[in-house]
Amino acid sequence: MAYLDHAATTPMLPEAAEALTAQLGVTGNASSLHASGRRARRTVEEARETLADALGARPSEVVFTSGGTEADNLAVKGLYWSRRDAEPARTRVLASPVEHHAVLDVVHWLAEHEGATVEYLPVDTHGRVHPDALRKAIARNPDDVALATVMWANNEIGTIMPIRELAEVAAEFGVPLHSDAVQAFGQVPVDFAASGLAAMTVSGHKIGGPYGIGALLLGRDQSPVPVLHGGGQERHVRSGTLDVPAIASFAVAGRLAAEQHAWFAREIGALRDSLVDAVRTAVPDAILGGDPEPGGRLPANAHFTFPGCEGDSLLLLLDAQGIECSTGSACTAGVAQPSHVLLATGTDPDLARGTLRFSLGHTSTQADVEAVARAIGPAVERARAAGLT
Amino acid sequence: MTDTAQPSRPLRVLAAMSGGVDSAVAAARAAEAGHDVTGVHLALSANPQSFRTGARGCCTIEDSRDARRAADVIGIPFYVWDLADRFREDVVEDFVAEYEAGRTPNPCLRCNEKIKFAALLDKALALGFDAVCTGHYAQVIVREDGTRELHRASDMAKDQSYVLGVLDDRQLAHAMFPLGDTVTTKDEIRAEAERRGLAVAKKPDSHDICFIADGDTQGFLARRLGKAEGDIVDESGAKVGSHEGAYGFTVGQRKGLRIGTPAPDGKPRYVLDISPVDNTVTVGPASALDVSALTAIKPRWCGAAPSGPGTYTAQLRAHGGETEVTAELVDGSLEVSFTEPVRGVAPGQAIVLYDGTRVVGSATIASTVRVKEATPAG
Repeated sequence: MAYLDHAATTPMLPEAAEALTAQLGVTGNASSLHASGRRARRTVEEARETLADALGARPSEVVFTSGGTEADNLAVKGLYWSRRDAEPARTRVLASPVEHHAVLDVVHWLAEHEGATVEYLPVDTHGRVHPDALRKAIARNPDDVALATVMWANNEIGTIMPIRELAEVAAEFGVPLHSDAVQAFGQVPVDFAASGLAAMTVSGHKIGGPYGIGALLLGRDQSPVPVLHGGGQERHVRSGTLDVPAIASFAVAGRLAAEQHAWFAREIGALRDSLVDAVRTAVPDAILGGDPEPGGRLPANAHFTFPGCEGDSLLLLLDAQGIECSTGSACTAGVAQPSHVLLATGTDPDLARGTLRFSLGHTSTQADVEAVARAIGPAVERARAAGLT
Repeated sequence: MTDTAQPSRPLRVLAAMSGGVDSAVAAARAAEAGHDVTGVHLALSANPQSFRTGARGCCTIEDSRDARRAADVIGIPFYVWDLADRFREDVVEDFVAEYEAGRTPNPCLRCNEKIKFAALLDKALALGFDAVCTGHYAQVIVREDGTRELHRASDMAKDQSYVLGVLDDRQLAHAMFPLGDTVTTKDEIRAEAERRGLAVAKKPDSHDICFIADGDTQGFLARRLGKAEGDIVDESGAKVGSHEGAYGFTVGQRKGLRIGTPAPDGKPRYVLDISPVDNTVTVGPASALDVSALTAIKPRWCGAAPSGPGTYTAQLRAHGGETEVTAELVDGSLEVSFTEPVRGVAPGQAIVLYDGTRVVGSATIASTVRVKEATPAG
């Protein structure tokens, strides 16, 4: 079995699993005042400090959520509402067109239901937003911008965005910039304070922590309107009883992700490079997606387009040989759609159907790469014969 | 011996799973027989996001999830393939065009011919599969010499060989119908599904036409073809009523004619003829529906085309009975005469010829010869 879909989810780190199980038998609501509550709160606050440290943030800037999707919703909807409430003219939302659906569908929703005008920032052929493009978009009318949102690194093609430069531009105009850093955390240095972002999303299960936990890093001067109302936990921004075991485990994974990203970039990056070489050797006309420069892409991402193939066919053929990867794009009722990311980079829609994303992680080995090297050539040949339906 | 009983070698099988109980049990049986089975759900609807209440075994997200769940329980890989474009071109548009031309198509048959055992089968073969498996009730019997025959299901009451009669040798060579060789009532299939832990065991049967969600064929055609008011006339040509589109009728139809004036003899009247050219529907007594012969086009044979006239039993519509005929291929068309007159033969439907339980071939009914020709007007 070659598991090469770590961008979907990556195996839990043993240390994180240990932290999780250690807490599962412990009783305590972190909002309670008695001893059990205090113990739970201590666990949560220590985890918050650990995670803040790992991400270059202050503990008070860490807002725990149920995962990346919720954090994205809270940031984009919440900041839109608070900015519009303060100044009704601020209804323009600037977003990159290559965002994950957890952002893309949120801005669509704001346009349909909340009177937002969504403007997609232009990207280059690698799917990258340039600071000038953001400047131009804001400068058109700085007074009507509610917020901007640009992911730290793309989940499909791995392109890394110039977040710091983008945040500088946004800051010039006083526009809050949110970034979904779910894919970036653990692979490249992610420092919230240094980035200049107003808000940033991270997720537990993408870094070897548990499912169902994530966080929104939220600058202290930001007060988004909550999506979830209730008991007033998490700065009154995100109500709901805190998941103490998941938070404790997430913090352990977060600490390791921050400590090991240099190792990860070097070791996993080298494996990724050999996977790219192997695929190109077996299928010379395969097109590498995203930025070909190693510094411009996530070290664990290898995205390919295979002309004349349907990604789904390749997936089926590789799956039958124990190689697990992804087409990289989202599904509707299980039906593959041409990737919005590739379409945004100007890829021909027929070509955009023939994609595969191999994403490596902390358990990847040379044997995984060799399995792909053996299987990809015949699989592509077969998928080409089956053609595009 | 059929495919599924003790396979001589395991095949790579692609099981088409609609989300209904039959195709789920078929896939489970194929897997249990030792084949290497992969499940696939065909997304055929232009709008796959629609949920539909009382799912009828096709096209909805709910059906896709049911199929996936069944595949998980069986323990086979599962994929959804988007064949919506092909389905729209080859089945839905054909359906509309046939009605527009005054004929009565059978879209399930067309789907088997053009989608399940063409688009799907071709892709499956290209990807290295040996066969496509469906939940149809019919049998593939392999003779000693290796030739394959399509037969009615063991249980005649459940037989679906009629909608598979369009399959040719090549298609048949890669077809697998694990439900066809056992005498099973629907209750028994449901019990088997239950026993296998398949949650679709209690799902309602599929029926109607999968791409017409509300079951209102007339409404669907009216939306597609627009209203075209015309006359309903009797055999003498006298106007007895009006309609909003000749395409909405089927030869032999009795209900929904909304004729104001009763027939002289007070007996019910039936649609005898649909003329799209002048948008006229002719009605008359049941006796005028009796047909003694017909011509059918686009014949397809399971095996070699017969030379010279032959005697067969024929089936003229899904769920229809059998009738004895002699048939002969003349200039590429099938000329069929009935031993006893038959009633209610609709152009556009398929005639499937049988030799005992064996499917010999099929063709599309183009025209009929009435025992009692309608009296010419005037």
